[in-house]
Amino acid sequence: MTTAKPTKKTATPTRRRTAKPALYEASNDELVEFYRQMLLVRRFEEKAGQMYGMGLIGGFCHLYIGQEAVAVGVQSALKKGDSVITGYREHGHMIAAGSDPRGVMAELTGREGGCSRGKGGSMHMFDPERGFYGGHGIVGAQVSLGTGLAFAAKYRKTDNISVAYFGDGAANQGQVYESFNMARIWNLPVIYIIENNQYAMGTSVTRSSSEVELFRRGESFRIPGKQVDGMNVLAVRAAMDEAVAHCRAGEGPFVLEMKTYRYRGHSMSDPAKYRSKEEVQKMRAERDCIDQLKQLILDKKIMDEAGLKDMDKELKSIVADAATFATECPEPALSELYTDVLA
Amino acid sequence: MAIEITMPALSPTMEKGTLAKWLKKEGDTVESGDVIAEIETDKATMEVEAVDEGVIAKILVAEGTDDVPVGEVIAILAEEDEDPADVAAPKAQKAEAAPAPAPAPEKAAAPAAKAAPALADPDVPAGTEMISLTVREALRDAMAEEMRKDGDVFVMGEEVAEYQGAYKVTQGLLQEFGSERVIDTPITEHGFAGLGAGAAFTGLKPVIEFMTFNFAMQAIDHIINSAAKTRYMSGGLVQCPIVFRGPNGAASRVGAQHSQNYAAWYAHVPGLKVIAPYDAADCKGLLKAAIRDPNPVVFLENELMYGESFDVPDVEDYVLPIGKARVYREGTDVTIVSYSITVGEALKAAEKLAEEGISAEVIDLRTIRPLDIDTIIESVKKTNRCVVAEEGWPQCSVASDVSAQLMEKAFDWLDAPVTRVNSVDVPLPYANNLEKAAVVNADKIVKAAKAVCYAE
Repeated sequence: MTTAKPTKKTATPTRRRTAKPALYEASNDELVEFYRQMLLVRRFEEKAGQMYGMGLIGGFCHLYIGQEAVAVGVQSALKKGDSVITGYREHGHMIAAGSDPRGVMAELTGREGGCSRGKGGSMHMFDPERGFYGGHGIVGAQVSLGTGLAFAAKYRKTDNISVAYFGDGAANQGQVYESFNMARIWNLPVIYIIENNQYAMGTSVTRSSSEVELFRRGESFRIPGKQVDGMNVLAVRAAMDEAVAHCRAGEGPFVLEMKTYRYRGHSMSDPAKYRSKEEVQKMRAERDCIDQLKQLILDKKIMDEAGLKDMDKELKSIVADAATFATECPEPALSELYTDVLA
Repeated sequence: MAIEITMPALSPTMEKGTLAKWLKKEGDTVESGDVIAEIETDKATMEVEAVDEGVIAKILVAEGTDDVPVGEVIAILAEEDEDPADVAAPKAQKAEAAPAPAPAPEKAAAPAAKAAPALADPDVPAGTEMISLTVREALRDAMAEEMRKDGDVFVMGEEVAEYQGAYKVTQGLLQEFGSERVIDTPITEHGFAGLGAGAAFTGLKPVIEFMTFNFAMQAIDHIINSAAKTRYMSGGLVQCPIVFRGPNGAASRVGAQHSQNYAAWYAHVPGLKVIAPYDAADCKGLLKAAIRDPNPVVFLENELMYGESFDVPDVEDYVLPIGKARVYREGTDVTIVSYSITVGEALKAAEKLAEEGISAEVIDLRTIRPLDIDTIIESVKKTNRCVVAEEGWPQCSVASDVSAQLMEKAFDWLDAPVTRVNSVDVPLPYANNLEKAAVVNADKIVKAAKAVCYAE
């Protein structure tokens, strides 16, 4: 007996080769705006760290310092009706989404003026009007939830998309891959942003992951992926433009691995013994997203040192105002204990 | 203005620490992010970074000082336009963070005692025709009716569409509503429960079917952490109108992993509603209510009941109130409280008790959370005795909670201890005789009822 010769079919490649990394060609105004937003996030987080030290912020507090280019670059590529969801290190994403710094800071201090009326805290902030759906404390949960946000966009037949951020730590959670699979079966418009800051609390990617090139994690689901310099806001934006176009065209999910770095500990009480001071210093000195863009703005003579200093002063005053508001605002009324459990 | 650098709190529990080392000295210029000192806490040595820029004008706490309270000023920073020499020491040390301003005074701390609207089943007009439906058909009809009314309702789960439902509960839905609204998922409970919750955040109304609630343990994180808590954590900004439904509890000889009752698990959680109906009319009326409810609802069905037929009022839009128990059979001597499949055993027990001259009142809880304790108390005021029967383990069970609440709220009306009749406290065995011995049946309920009536 002879076996039938298998018919030759063109194999669908499992890995879509994406275009070479590019930099977004920003206008002068856009460059200044990126800079302004990244610096606002940094100044906000520095103030949050200081207020934590003063005992005004309780519990856990995860600062975004170092990673600002990711949230700012990603957010700049979105339009109204798009949704964003992330984990517990989300103050920067809230600010980048345009939420009022006063509400964010007052949530950190647990006051009635907080964006969740003081009932969510550092890890649970929401701004659905701006498409921001939290603020989730269970590592990886936001990936399934964000896939659901994309499902809703498609169900309603809009061209909106969803962005689900998660870290290199969450990238090893099972539900991430359950979500990848469903997103690709149904071609849901979701961009999975892996903020690879290289440490899941104290465990480095190399210790935790059999495949450390996290942008390849979508390959077995036929989801294209791309590695991006997450310390460069223009690289982030360019990669987002490609991913957004892919999603809006109905071609399904996209994975972007943002190589980034957090300068501070995992949370406030992390002595960060798992990495050297030199490593952190080198990153800050050579790769800082804000310093890089500042240099570009100066080189292009869009603004001068004095102008940038004035901007910094203005941002510091916005943050100082948020801090004052968050300190002077009363704690929630005790009756708030019982509200918002059920509709 | 000079900036006071205070002893920072470096963990949620830190109250004081040792200022181990200064890395800057008076006169040094610091920039934001510079490490200025090292502090030892009970857990670790931590670095203190400068937040503001300036010149260290004064160091007020020398290195090596132990037990420096959080909030104490440890140094003064002069800003760039100040002369460090002019910067004075702080006027007064305050070792504690300023307390938050008190909230505005309020009338009462307890939840506003607004009178709960009386819940009642809708009046079924006299002469309404009753049609006989199986529980399976009633559930299907409920979903189909709600899907016809509201395009935001969709059904998702394993084998719900092309296979027509693992237990045929979703039969015909795919044909009527199409594959965009009746969606087969991969075997991915954790993933699709989360996907459903995320879709519900935007206002869609997913009906998520678990092939059985035993598999929902894979997904319980999303049911509790994502669905039940988000409204509260967001201060009311984000909703989650979702239904998680499927068969719950023991079926017939399917072994320990496929036979668990989760009513007590979900009933424990604020932010959820939990429904576990018995007959077809309640299944229809309560599933319709669950789909319309703006909160996450866990809807617990029972596989053994799917094929049972009951009369269902033939009215348009039969919707029942969530949170209202039902007196299934009236009686005067003992109250038997139950829910789901065990209501059938309670009714059989009431028949047997009647033959022995004991008049039992049978209450079907229908909703487990919120629990309609008032209806139970009203009954106990009449009978003064209560048995709670439940197919499920005894410890921390629904029966335990009903017993505790009766003790707290109706102690003086009781003439005997409230007695629980639960499944035997073991994983459910496979062998026919052992399984029968493990679950609740009418005879066990009769025995308990006679005991509380001191009839034996």
